[in-house]
Amino acid sequence: MLQSDTLKKRAEKARKKKAALGEDIEIEKFEQEEAGEHEEIESLEELPEKHKETILKVGVEATGAGRAGSFLQIDQTGVCTSCSSESIELMNMKNALEKYDWLNDYMWKAVAVDTDKYTAETALRESSGYFIRALPGSREIFPIQACMFIGDTNVSQTVHNIIIAEENAELHIITGCTTGSDIQSALHIGVSEFYLKKGAKITFTMVHNWAEQVEVRPRTGVILGDDSTYISNYILTSPVRTIQSYPTAYCQGENSRTVFQSILGGQKDSVLDIGSRAILTGKNSSTEMISRAVSKDQSQIYARGHLAGKSPDVKGHLECMGLVLSDDSLIYSIPELEGSSTDLELSHEAAVGKIAEEEVLYLMSRGLTEDEAASMIVRGFLSMDITGLPPELAAETKRMLDLSLKGM
Amino acid sequence: MVVVKLILEITDLAIEVSGKEILSDIDLYIGKGETHVLLGPNGSGKSTLFMAILGFPKYKVKAGEIIFKGENITNYSTTERVKMGIGVSFQNPPAIRGVKLQDLLKIEHGETDEELSPEMMDLVTKLKFDDRFIDRDVNLGFSGGEVKRSEILQLLAQKPDFIMFDEPDSGVDIENVELLAEEINTLLDKEKKPGMREKSGLLITHLGYILNFVNADTAHVLMDGKIACSGNPNEILEDIRKEGFKGCVECCNPIH
Ligand SMILES: Nc1ncnc2c1ncn2[C@@H]1O[C@H](COP(=O)(O)OP(=O)(O)OP(=O)(O)O)[C@@H](O)[C@H]1O
Ligand SMILES: [Mg+2]
Repeated sequence: MLQSDTLKKRAEKARKKKAALGEDIEIEKFEQEEAGEHEEIESLEELPEKHKETILKVGVEATGAGRAGSFLQIDQTGVCTSCSSESIELMNMKNALEKYDWLNDYMWKAVAVDTDKYTAETALRESSGYFIRALPGSREIFPIQACMFIGDTNVSQTVHNIIIAEENAELHIITGCTTGSDIQSALHIGVSEFYLKKGAKITFTMVHNWAEQVEVRPRTGVILGDDSTYISNYILTSPVRTIQSYPTAYCQGENSRTVFQSILGGQKDSVLDIGSRAILTGKNSSTEMISRAVSKDQSQIYARGHLAGKSPDVKGHLECMGLVLSDDSLIYSIPELEGSSTDLELSHEAAVGKIAEEEVLYLMSRGLTEDEAASMIVRGFLSMDITGLPPELAAETKRMLDLSLKGM
Repeated sequence: MVVVKLILEITDLAIEVSGKEILSDIDLYIGKGETHVLLGPNGSGKSTLFMAILGFPKYKVKAGEIIFKGENITNYSTTERVKMGIGVSFQNPPAIRGVKLQDLLKIEHGETDEELSPEMMDLVTKLKFDDRFIDRDVNLGFSGGEVKRSEILQLLAQKPDFIMFDEPDSGVDIENVELLAEEINTLLDKEKKPGMREKSGLLITHLGYILNFVNADTAHVLMDGKIACSGNPNEILEDIRKEGFKGCVECCNPIH
């Protein structure tokens, strides 16, 4: 569904292009399912009970209670799109492209189509994913919930989302990505492009709960206008095969601001390669990146961060804390600071260590066993206060986080 | 003669830390319902004895044994000892990020509900805390006095049979010492007649200001890793105040 031939050409050329980071995935190994394989539904409540339970674990509420709208994609099919908010447009990408010619101006502008084979693959396949647009000056405190669900084994799911917050709009999104309970392996490629106009604010809270043999390659770009704020919260604590993601925020607007908060729990053989990047070109723009990582079993976690300060008066801080819980696991923290202007302030702090024995003993002297003490400390370590959300959503996110941490 | 049932019996104990002997020839017998005081200069080994009784792994038992409630606990883990009824308040407890005081209180009091029980909330108020305070990460940024009060509050939740207090009064202002002393008295059954007391304690203190408010049955003076002197708390304190630790020990007849 690529409108322009040049884009198409670029995508075709990048078809075999390996990603800069992460294990190379053989896309052909996975099955390409057509859109339309799964039946459309009016509401998430029509889903079978076991699917409802699965999506609830990633914060997607089938009743839609406390949500401004819901979107569900199963494999390649957008099966449900419902929105009760007057200030938000929520559509299937396919329908949105038919309705709005101008939407093409937003395609592949925040993420380059030829970034790698995964973006190329997404571009060359049938349009899927969602389009969300918050109308100018609107403020919807209830979040839109979006769910990317893998329902058939060994499929490759591609998703292309476009999210636009018009001038002075405030938009909250919860995304849950998960697999059906009987799915072992699959590939998920999710391209998301965010556009924040002057004075807009988006919070994007994403919980991942994949199966043990799933490969995940999200590609995210965020373009920020003057006085806009983008807050990303990412939670992954369950096993996955590999995930590699490095969302990039382009703080082009004056006083624009991004916050990336990630909570990573590595289990079993998972390889998590997760970073966040902010390109600070707007005057007085700023970024904050905070991550907490815990590695168990044989897991490997690469926690990356890249702050590029390119104009005066920009500020950025990166904080990465890791706890290594097993000798066979690894946490590799790679913070990068790049200053190419005067009067900027970029800093980072990173600490990787083990659980403090003193803390374990303190809890044991209150009657906990050594294991109970260690897991309480780990949960405490990961349960960082997620900032920037309205109170109801903050409470909801806390519940989602607590749920995710139960499995740690 | 009244036969006192012993809750803690330590005989001939020697403790090594990081390959260095810190305590030796320790004999200590604490009867059920009794409160003992452990005095001694800085570095004499008071906290070491406390950690050894609690069973922290760094404190290696080189000789002797520790009997608690008639059971040899010398090789028991800290968890097992605590489950048997030992409780402690630390001199300098660690802060734990993300673990709220409230979470600990629930575990200590055996509660599972989201909200703390009214009974516990009363204790929280009694120790001059509120629901905002107990929502904080335990010991993180607590003031010196708050740390001590939080330790005592946790013991009130636990209700152990034998409690060790490591300097519960150091760094605490006079008003708060009285508050803490009152709760320590509750924990140690002091409102009951001596023969009726069920709870026992070992109170570590430097100069014993808190002893103006908490009555102890016996005092021990630790010097260079040995119990140099045991006896009546008032007399020993009097001696220490007049003659210093050295002078006190010189005129003292060790009981063992
Ligand atoms: N890990 C260790 N390695 C070496 N020496 C140690 C270690 N821990 C404690 N010690 C030493 O053991 C001795 C007793 O220390 P302890 O903390 O028991 O004294 P204390 O009587 O509690 O002192 P204070 O009144 O200052 O609290 C000190 O000399 C101390 O330096
Ligand atoms: Mg001490």
